[in-house]
Amino acid sequence: MKLTEIVDLINGELLTQEKEYKKDITGAMGADLMSDVLASIKPEAALLTGLCNPQVVRTALIADIRTIIFVRGKNPDRETIRIANEEEIPLITTDLGMFEACGILHHAGLKSYELPANDDCA
Amino acid sequence: MTDEHSQVSDELAESITRTEELAYELRIHEVMTENVHCLPPDIKLEEALDIFQKERFSGAPVIANGNLVGLISIEDLIRALRAGNLDVNVSEYMTTKLVTVHEYDPVVEALKTFSRTKFGRLPVLDKQGKLVGIITKGDISNGLLTALQRDYHAEELIRYRASHLFEDIVSHRTSLILRYEIRKGDFIHGGNASSNIKRALLRLGATPQVARRCGIAVYEAEMNLIIHTNHGGTLRVEVEPHKITMEAYDDGPGIEDVEQAMKPGYSTATNEIREMGFGAGMGLVNIKRCVDEMRLISSRDRGTNLYMIMYLDDKDNNLNIVN
Repeated sequence: MKLTEIVDLINGELLTQEKEYKKDITGAMGADLMSDVLASIKPEAALLTGLCNPQVVRTALIADIRTIIFVRGKNPDRETIRIANEEEIPLITTDLGMFEACGILHHAGLKSYELPANDDCA
Repeated sequence: MTDEHSQVSDELAESITRTEELAYELRIHEVMTENVHCLPPDIKLEEALDIFQKERFSGAPVIANGNLVGLISIEDLIRALRAGNLDVNVSEYMTTKLVTVHEYDPVVEALKTFSRTKFGRLPVLDKQGKLVGIITKGDISNGLLTALQRDYHAEELIRYRASHLFEDIVSHRTSLILRYEIRKGDFIHGGNASSNIKRALLRLGATPQVARRCGIAVYEAEMNLIIHTNHGGTLRVEVEPHKITMEAYDDGPGIEDVEQAMKPGYSTATNEIREMGFGAGMGLVNIKRCVDEMRLISSRDRGTNLYMIMYLDDKDNNLNIVN
């Protein structure tokens, strides 16, 4: 799924510089605990989160996350957006809640990219 | 002269920063066509047309007594054809109001001239005013592409050298040490060191899987130094051909019950830290799952030492940092 399709589906807004993102997004995970994300997210996922600080972008970078979607209308600060632009991780914000945003994207074909907790993290 | 290459439009040259830089860096003589086929002014247009058709030219300079006197292009020939007037000399139809550029001018000068005038080719002169070549938009796009490719190869070479670091150096034990000082409470830069470590490992030739696992482990360790120490601590990563040793150490306060600290969900973090998405008691558990070997040594007087080791000759890891 293209980034622009995701933005349209959840009625979101792209917060980072618009670029041509060639890589498709095929799966996602929703979480607010960064350790859960680090423990369970598969590479190349979209992350839906209610958490809104620079660490989310750092976490995305470490865990090879392709895009971050902030739910419940959260807007990250300028520093967070700056890091995201620098690292080329697109940030999207949506007014939808976590449950609804996840539901819509899952229904539209994004797979769950959340590994069982006892699986290896590689 | 041919115009068969795709042309760099002025808009394109402006929208790509590196291309734009190159337009200033590259000199016209580096991209122009040398040894240009020139025509004398006193041959018939018929003959010029034959040459153009045979050589697939779209234009040629006209030289008399060693001096540039004009430029004849395919458009001029079409004009003559329309008028059924091919039996006159080249000098009758050639352009004599010439716009020229200098060989040591930056390429951008030629680009500006192209957008200012309607010319498709410009004669290039040396200091003495002698013709040394011709430049077209096609030459420029070719030259820029070649230069961009050179850039790319240079970058590839750097990457190659980094990934073959261990092959090139002969010693009994070669290693590369990366060290980062982590400050207590520095959430703004939290994860910065780990991102740099991950990047360095990729550059040294680690597979994305290994870089990711090491990245997650050092990130959790980095956040622990920021959250739980008295004065912050140090992250030290030693890269050897067969293993990566990551170490996080601090001078206190130490962990009271190491066994309990290793239990999933056990945490001493404050609510404030939990609100930031950390302190769920999963950090050490995550680290243990990501690395091949983990050791945690802590005492109330000496602080905490966390060792994390990743072996690179493990077949499952499918690595290419190999000596």
